[in-house]
Amino acid sequence: MMFSSLAPPAGERGLLPDQRGRPTPWVIAIMMFVTLVVAAAGLAVANAARLLGESVAGRYSIQIPDGARVAPAAIAAAGRVPGVSAVSPVPEADVRATLQSWLGADAASAQLPLPALIDVDLGPGADPARLAAEVTRAVPHARVLAYGEQLGPVTRSLRALQWLALGLVLLMAAATAATVVLATRGAFDTHRSTIEIMHGIGATDEQLARLFQRRLARDAFVGGAAGAAAAALVLALVRTVPGSLLDDITGGPVLRPLDWFLLALLPLLGTLVAMLVARATVLKALRATL
Amino acid sequence: MGGDQVSAIVEFDSVGLRYGTGAEVLKDLDLRLPRGGFTYLTGPSGAGKTSLLKLLYLAQRPTRGRMRIFGEELSGAPRDIMPAYRRRIGVVFQDFRLVRHLSAFDNVALPLRLAGRDEAEVVGPVRELLAWVGLADRAGAKPPTLSGGEQQRVAIARAVIGHPELLVADEPTGNVDADMAARLLHLFESLNRLGTTILVATHDLSLIAATRGAQLMRLEGGRLVDPTGALRNPPLRVGEG
Ligand SMILES: Nc1ncnc2c1ncn2[C@@H]1O[C@H](COP(=O)(O)OP(=O)(O)OP(=O)(O)O)[C@@H](O)[C@H]1O
Ligand SMILES: [Mg+2]
Repeated sequence: MMFSSLAPPAGERGLLPDQRGRPTPWVIAIMMFVTLVVAAAGLAVANAARLLGESVAGRYSIQIPDGARVAPAAIAAAGRVPGVSAVSPVPEADVRATLQSWLGADAASAQLPLPALIDVDLGPGADPARLAAEVTRAVPHARVLAYGEQLGPVTRSLRALQWLALGLVLLMAAATAATVVLATRGAFDTHRSTIEIMHGIGATDEQLARLFQRRLARDAFVGGAAGAAAAALVLALVRTVPGSLLDDITGGPVLRPLDWFLLALLPLLGTLVAMLVARATVLKALRATL
Repeated sequence: MGGDQVSAIVEFDSVGLRYGTGAEVLKDLDLRLPRGGFTYLTGPSGAGKTSLLKLLYLAQRPTRGRMRIFGEELSGAPRDIMPAYRRRIGVVFQDFRLVRHLSAFDNVALPLRLAGRDEAEVVGPVRELLAWVGLADRAGAKPPTLSGGEQQRVAIARAVIGHPELLVADEPTGNVDADMAARLLHLFESLNRLGTTILVATHDLSLIAATRGAQLMRLEGGRLVDPTGALRNPPLRVGEG
């Protein structure tokens, strides 16, 4: 019934005037554009947080301040913990290079006691507490740190950004819906006399609602599609700017197919809202008449 | 329905109408329009002619009394059955009510299209009727570019295109010259002969005088008076008078 309106009966075509240059599609296009860009950013941040979380999940670092001498004991102890999938000491040269960047060339002198860093990957089901216990039993002053904890502030701010984006998307969606409501009211005022005349000579509520909702759905669809096209263009451009991407941090694509699907759904959702609001507006106005 | 009522297309029983909280503009109307009849409604300006017609074309509900149209009690009927009844009634509104952005052709075609007729069944009759009311060459014109009389003829063509059972016309010759008035009267009479019941509100006494066999009702201050017995007599065929 409602969706039959997308294919109007021949006689119902053109009963409402075609007015070029109406602002409605433009306003909706702008709203949709902003909504989509914000939503895409939100999804990208959410993905980055997730990928980041995944990439450090089960990763631990054993740090031993005076390093090299006791490292083998710690490595052996870590290796004995059930569920440990990899134990890899960070090469001494890497540690030295890192220190040099902090302390200057002096760090190169062998006099300076080097800390030992050992990366440990835990498989699923392995117990981090057990790892810590085994390692500190072998080397009491060793510290076992979870990567995830160290990245905590980063992931937390990513999550915060993600909620912010979600909030913005909801606000934009509400504003877009309000725009659609206002546009519908405006269009209804424009077409009121036509609708009244048709009502007076025997048009049914359903026929009039159909005419009107089709008009508004078309505006919303055209506007939504234009906004979506602009947003897609902007997102594509952003991709081409090197280093601007969270891809680099997370090592994965920023938007997955599911995300693109969700984004594509927004203009369609806008069209649906426009259609429902238009329908409700006409039916309500008609119910006040005989 | 008794045998007596079968021939009545409109029956009013103590019908009253007030707008909002104002005084009653129609009072205690008792009236019967016989099926197939041709009736004129006259009366001074402000007497309530348009208001009575609004009841008939289902734009207003009576505020009291009972109103049967096509044998159906419609004064309190649910609004969703109204469109089906409106489609059986042709209306010439006093202010025409043409759709501004539609051509004369599309305005006349409107009732057929709303009724879901095939385009093939629309084009021929609409052309023919426009030619009859002398607007063949103005078919593509929009109402704002038509003269008052031309708009009125479009409105009349739209009212009769669907061969309504009841035709209600409010001052249908108010804006046309005597020749065109005679022509429109001829159109109404032809329609009446084909079975349409006709009610015309008018001040035009020459129109009334030219219509043989028509009944006359008069409204004064919202009350009906009955100079030719239209409210009491059985239907008179046009030409019998
Ligand atoms: N919508 C309305 N709201 C309030 N009062 C109305 C309305 N329409 C008409 N009236 C009043 O009802 C009375 C009858 O009006 P109506 O239009 O029926 O008269 P009429 O006989 O058709 O007059 P005319 O010959 O000038 O067309 C008038 O006093 C008018 O002011
Ligand atoms: Mg009047």
